[in-house]
Amino acid sequence: MSEAAGIRFSPVSLLRATRGRGRLHWTDVFSYGYLAFGIFLMFGPVVWLALSSFKTPSGLLEFPPTLLPLGQIEVEVDGHDKPLPLYRVTHDDGSATELAQIRRIGIVAQMVDPVDPETRIKVPIDRREAVREFRIAWENYVAPLQRFNFLIYLKNSVVVTVVATAVTLLINSMAAYGLAIYEFRGRNAIMLFVIGTLMIPITVILVPVYLVVTELGMINSLWGVILPGAATPTGVFLLRQYMLTIPRDLIEAARMDRASEWAIYWRVVLPLAAPAIAVLAIFSIMWRWNDFLWPLIVLNRSEVYTLQVGLNAFQGELDVQWHYVLAMTVVTLIPVIFVFAFLQRFITTGIASTGMK
Amino acid sequence: MDIQHPRRNLAELAWTPLRLLGALVDFPLRAIQRIVGIDRMPYVFLLPNLGFFGIFVVLPLFINFAFSLTGGTNLFLSDRVYTGTEQYEFLLDCENFVDSGSCREDRFWRGIFNTFIFVSFQVFFLVLFSLITALILNREIRGRGFFRAVYFFPVLLSPVVVALVWKWILLRDGILNAFLVGIGLEKILFFVSPQWAMFWAIFVSIWAHMGFYTLILLAGLQAIPPDLYEAAEMDGTRKERVFWRITLPLLWPNMLVVIVLALIKGVQIFDEVFVLTGGGPGTATQFIVQYIYNTGFTNQIQNFGLASAASVILGVVLFALTLAQLAAARRKDGTNV
Repeated sequence: MSEAAGIRFSPVSLLRATRGRGRLHWTDVFSYGYLAFGIFLMFGPVVWLALSSFKTPSGLLEFPPTLLPLGQIEVEVDGHDKPLPLYRVTHDDGSATELAQIRRIGIVAQMVDPVDPETRIKVPIDRREAVREFRIAWENYVAPLQRFNFLIYLKNSVVVTVVATAVTLLINSMAAYGLAIYEFRGRNAIMLFVIGTLMIPITVILVPVYLVVTELGMINSLWGVILPGAATPTGVFLLRQYMLTIPRDLIEAARMDRASEWAIYWRVVLPLAAPAIAVLAIFSIMWRWNDFLWPLIVLNRSEVYTLQVGLNAFQGELDVQWHYVLAMTVVTLIPVIFVFAFLQRFITTGIASTGMK
Repeated sequence: MDIQHPRRNLAELAWTPLRLLGALVDFPLRAIQRIVGIDRMPYVFLLPNLGFFGIFVVLPLFINFAFSLTGGTNLFLSDRVYTGTEQYEFLLDCENFVDSGSCREDRFWRGIFNTFIFVSFQVFFLVLFSLITALILNREIRGRGFFRAVYFFPVLLSPVVVALVWKWILLRDGILNAFLVGIGLEKILFFVSPQWAMFWAIFVSIWAHMGFYTLILLAGLQAIPPDLYEAAEMDGTRKERVFWRITLPLLWPNMLVVIVLALIKGVQIFDEVFVLTGGGPGTATQFIVQYIYNTGFTNQIQNFGLASAASVILGVVLFALTLAQLAAARRKDGTNV
C-alpha cells in the first residue's frame, strides 16, 4: 500500500474498500466510522484554535461562537473623525436599512444613514444587528510580537533549539563513534552506564540539577536550558547501532592513508551515519522546541523565556488576552507542522525502530 | 573528464564550513592522539558525553540523596543541616494511608492518590485506544499513511500547545459548551468540577500521546507473519477467533512494552495538566511531579529537602517500572535493550 495514495481517496471508494471479500463485515463499517471520527477528533481542535486565532477580541467573546473569523464592517461618515460600525436595522414596517452607529446610550443606539449624515436616528438596540464580513485579525499576530516580548521568546526558542541540537549531535555522535568503532577496556561498562542514565528522568533530579546549574551560574541563562539535556542516552544508542553497520574496511583504509582518528570520525563515519544523525536531529529539534518543565524552572525572567514558558505565563495571567494567546499558540505550532509535513516518515520509522520519543 | 552537476557543487559548498571546522579541530586532536596513543582515543571521544552525564545526571542523583537528608531553606549543600530521615518521616507520616486527609503532608498524598487515579484510567484507555487504532490502521484500508498521520500528529505538539488547544474548547463560553447549549443541555464548568477536571486531564493526555503507542503497536502488528492469517482464512476461522488466537498472543510482547512505557510516562504526568488545569480545582488534578515542583520551586518557602525526598520516592517507583520495562523488552526481542 503506497503512502501517497492516502491523499487521493474518495468517500465512495473508501466505503467499498473491504478486505477484498466483496461483502462488508461489521469491522469494515466500524473501521471507517472510527477513522472518520478520528479526523474530526484529532484535527478539529487544532483547526478550531487556528480559526479562532484570527478573530477579534469581541469576536472571541461571542456565544455561541461563529465558525469563521468575522469582523464588523466600518464606514466613513462625513462629520465623524473615526469610522463608524455598520448595523442592519429592522424598522417597524419590516423593512431594513444599513445604518452606522454613532454611540450607544443604554438600550438606545444613536445611528446615522451613511448617505444622509445630517439626520440622526434613534434605534432600540435589539432592532439592530451587526453587519459582518469575513475578516482576519492580523493584529493578533503583530501586536504580541511588537508590544510584548514574544519576538524575544521566539528568538530564545530558536537559539535553544539550534544550539542544543548542535551540541547534542556532536557529543552524542562522538560517544557513539567511540563505542561503535573501538574495542577497549570498559566498553561494556560504559555502554551499561549510558543505558542506565535512561532510567533517570529529569523529574527525579529537578532539585539537584537546579543546584548544579546555579553553581555554574546559569540560572536565567539559555545555557542552563541547553546543557543539562545535551547528552541523551537514546541518541548515543541510536547512533551507535547505526555506526556498527559501517564496514570496517573503510576505517582501516583511512588509517592506512594516515588519517587521524578524529579525521576518520569526521570525514568517514559521520557522513556515512547521516541518516541516523538526521533522525536524531529531528528528535532533538522536537524535544527542545517543545521542552517545558526544565525551562520553567531555570528561566524566571521574562527576557530569557522560551516560547513555551512565555506562552504559559501569558495564559496564566488573571485577565487572559485570549486573542493573543491563540495567535501565539499558532506561531508555536508552525515549525512543528512543517517538521510533520516534510519529515513525518523519518519520525515514524525512528519511533517504530527505537521506541523513543 | 569529470563534469559535476551544478546543484551538487552547491550542496558541497554548504558543507564547506563543517569541513573547515573538522580540519581545525583535527590539529589539537592529532596532537592528543600522539600523546595518549591510538588505543586511548575512544576515551577522548567519550569524554564530553560522559562528562555531561556525570555533571547533569549522576552527580545530581547523589546530591538528591544528600538533599533529602538535610533540612532548611538554603540551596547550597554546605549551608544545610543534616536531619537524617526526617524528611521521609514527614512525608510518610500517615495515620491511614488510604485517606490523604489523615497525613501530615496531605498535599503529597493527594498527589500520589491523584496520580494513581490518573495512571489507572489513562494507561488502560490509552493502550485500549492505541490497540484499536493500530488494528484498524493495519487493515488494508485506503489512505493508511494519511490516517496514521492523523492519529500521530498530536505527539509532536508541545504540552503547552496541547493544553491551550483543549482549554480553548473547554472554557465556560467555549465551543463544547456552545454545543451542549445547542442540543438543549446546560453549560458545564469543566474546570470547576473536580471530576470533570480529572476526566479532561486523562482525555487530553490520551489524545496527545495515543499516536506514539499506536505506532509501536502497528510495528508489532506488521511483524506478525501474514501466512498465519492466510492459513486461518483457508480454515475459515472467524475474525474474532483470529484476533484472540493469533493477533493478541503474538502482539502481547509489544503490548507489555507499551503498557510499561505508558506507566512510566503516566506517573510523571505534569506539563499538559499543569497548563490545562493548574492542578485545580483545589488540588483535584495535582500530581506527584507538580508536588515536587511546587514544594521546591514555587512555594513561598522553597523546601528543597522535602522536594528531594519526594523525588527519591518517585525515583524508586520509576526504577521498579523501568526494570519491568527491560524485562518486557527482553521478552519481546531477546537481545535489545
